[in-house]
Amino acid sequence: MTAQAEAPTTIVARRTPWWRRASRSWQLYVLLAPAVVYVLVFKYWPMFGAQIAFRDYNPVDGFIGSPWVGLEHFTRFIESFQFERLMVNTLTVNALGLLLAFPVPIILALVVNQLASDRFKKFTQTVLYAPSFISVVVVVGMIYLLFSPRSGIVNNAITAFGGDPVFFMGSPEWFRPLYIGSDIWQNAGFSMIVYLAALTAIDPALHEAARVDGANKWQRMWHIDIPGILPVITILFILAIGNLFNLGFEKVLLMQTDLNLPTSEVIQTYVYKTGLQGAQFSYSAAIGLFNSLINLALLLTFNWVARRANKTSLW
Amino acid sequence: MTTTRPPVETTASISKPDPQPVRRHRRQRESGADRAFTIVVTATLLCAIVVILYPLYFVVVASVSEPSAILNGDVWLWPRGLTFEGYAKILSDPGILRGFANSVLYTVVGTAISVATILCGAYALSRRDLFGRTFFMLLFVVTMFIDGGLIARYLVVQELGMLNTMWAVVLPGAVGVWNLIIARTFFESNVPDELRDAAQLDGANDFRFFWRIVLPLSKPLIALMVMIHLVANWNAFFDALIFLDDENKYPLQLVLRNILIQSEVSASGGAGAVDSYAAAQRMGELMKYGMIVISTIPLLIALPFMQKHFTKGALLGAVKS
Repeated sequence: MTAQAEAPTTIVARRTPWWRRASRSWQLYVLLAPAVVYVLVFKYWPMFGAQIAFRDYNPVDGFIGSPWVGLEHFTRFIESFQFERLMVNTLTVNALGLLLAFPVPIILALVVNQLASDRFKKFTQTVLYAPSFISVVVVVGMIYLLFSPRSGIVNNAITAFGGDPVFFMGSPEWFRPLYIGSDIWQNAGFSMIVYLAALTAIDPALHEAARVDGANKWQRMWHIDIPGILPVITILFILAIGNLFNLGFEKVLLMQTDLNLPTSEVIQTYVYKTGLQGAQFSYSAAIGLFNSLINLALLLTFNWVARRANKTSLW
Repeated sequence: MTTTRPPVETTASISKPDPQPVRRHRRQRESGADRAFTIVVTATLLCAIVVILYPLYFVVVASVSEPSAILNGDVWLWPRGLTFEGYAKILSDPGILRGFANSVLYTVVGTAISVATILCGAYALSRRDLFGRTFFMLLFVVTMFIDGGLIARYLVVQELGMLNTMWAVVLPGAVGVWNLIIARTFFESNVPDELRDAAQLDGANDFRFFWRIVLPLSKPLIALMVMIHLVANWNAFFDALIFLDDENKYPLQLVLRNILIQSEVSASGGAGAVDSYAAAQRMGELMKYGMIVISTIPLLIALPFMQKHFTKGALLGAVKS
């Protein structure tokens, strides 16, 4: 019946010229206009402006009038003493974060899925999501308070057991554990949703049959649940690798102190400082562009891998 | 198309009673191995719940405790020396109150702009007869992968003369392409073409159809979009940090950041009212706990009501990826 409804319109559409067709739905373009204006102004204009990475930007001459300097800023960055540290820090905190944080939502989903009581299940889910609604500022504020060397509860506990208080926010070696740990604390519950959904999509007949054959709960989880969500796990993992250089830099910025800079300075925070605080617009734009290029390359590569994995996997 | 179908089915089945598999567990007799497994499962979850809730609980308890008791490590499970002085100070601090008011304003305006733009744009994009649909879709999707970068974004906002105004906080992040795609997917699968044909026969134009039929059909989507943007706008601080200079325009999150993280003891609530520097500092600590509670409570209270919508949204997004 849909074929009947569509047939006349497509025939008419083929006969009329494109401007006629477009003008007939002018109201749709009016609806679309704000969104298009938005991307043009706030996305494409900055993209166009990113060319200042190859120029010596000054406000008077603007994006296209400033003198062209080619790759000067890029070579300056790559040869700078900061370069190696920034690359290492950016990659380490992201790669470690991915490896440590990735399995947690999967385990949570498998475990929550085992719960028999609906009410406990619902309660657990609500509790697990809760931290993802708290702002980054508050989460980092809590870290500062709870891990404070003077009054923080963590250091109180350490001293109560006879240890020496640790100045967590002032130690380079504690930045990564705190960043990754709080990230898991805040986001694991929300990431769990996808896996839970995949688990409910598993055919109950499989569990039924396995139980008849005498498989216990652990065996059913290992042999039914995990293989059942493996395709989802694979794809999300590959996509996560594609985002390796795209960390939550706002949180890094908030967690930075003068003392933990040796591990907490990453590319994006460096861009923020040299560019907006130090007003070296072109130099920092070049660094930002360098970072985006790495991101894009990773994303395209792993999207390609994901698509291939997609084809061979169950989907 | 096939990838977009599942989320809609979940949307539709939300109101249905729970399917069998959940009840199945209750009926069965448990073997020894199963009982051990259940114990491990329950223990893991209890651990997770404690790890998540205890810090939040501690902050609440500490916010009403005597600062010196916190300092000595006497506060663990119950408030010591119950005091609401911290809250009194917070609620009389003009900086914090102004931040709260600013946040409410930015959140309401920002959410209204974002949701309106996304719904209108997504509906137009969901129409298969929109000429140039693929081109426009590409125009949006490209921005998900290519980004002009922080510096260029700052310079553009500067060029627009928006620095130090509300618009710099509200506009630059207004339309998320991801949300646009979620909304488009929803319209595509929930607004049947037959409905539009019928409306057209009755003489309804696109505006009228969108306003009178599409929007009333899309209440779950509108609820989801409003909630996503309320939470995101309320929690945002970075655009305010780079685009605003005037402290009177700071949203709550930026005020919080300055007090919680940069440890600037609030100018008005500080030294004047309390005798010594140490006492002022202790009061500052107390206020920090209280501020975390005050800024977070609205969202956490709303959470159980919002949860259903957010779950749906996460699934819509996930299936697409």
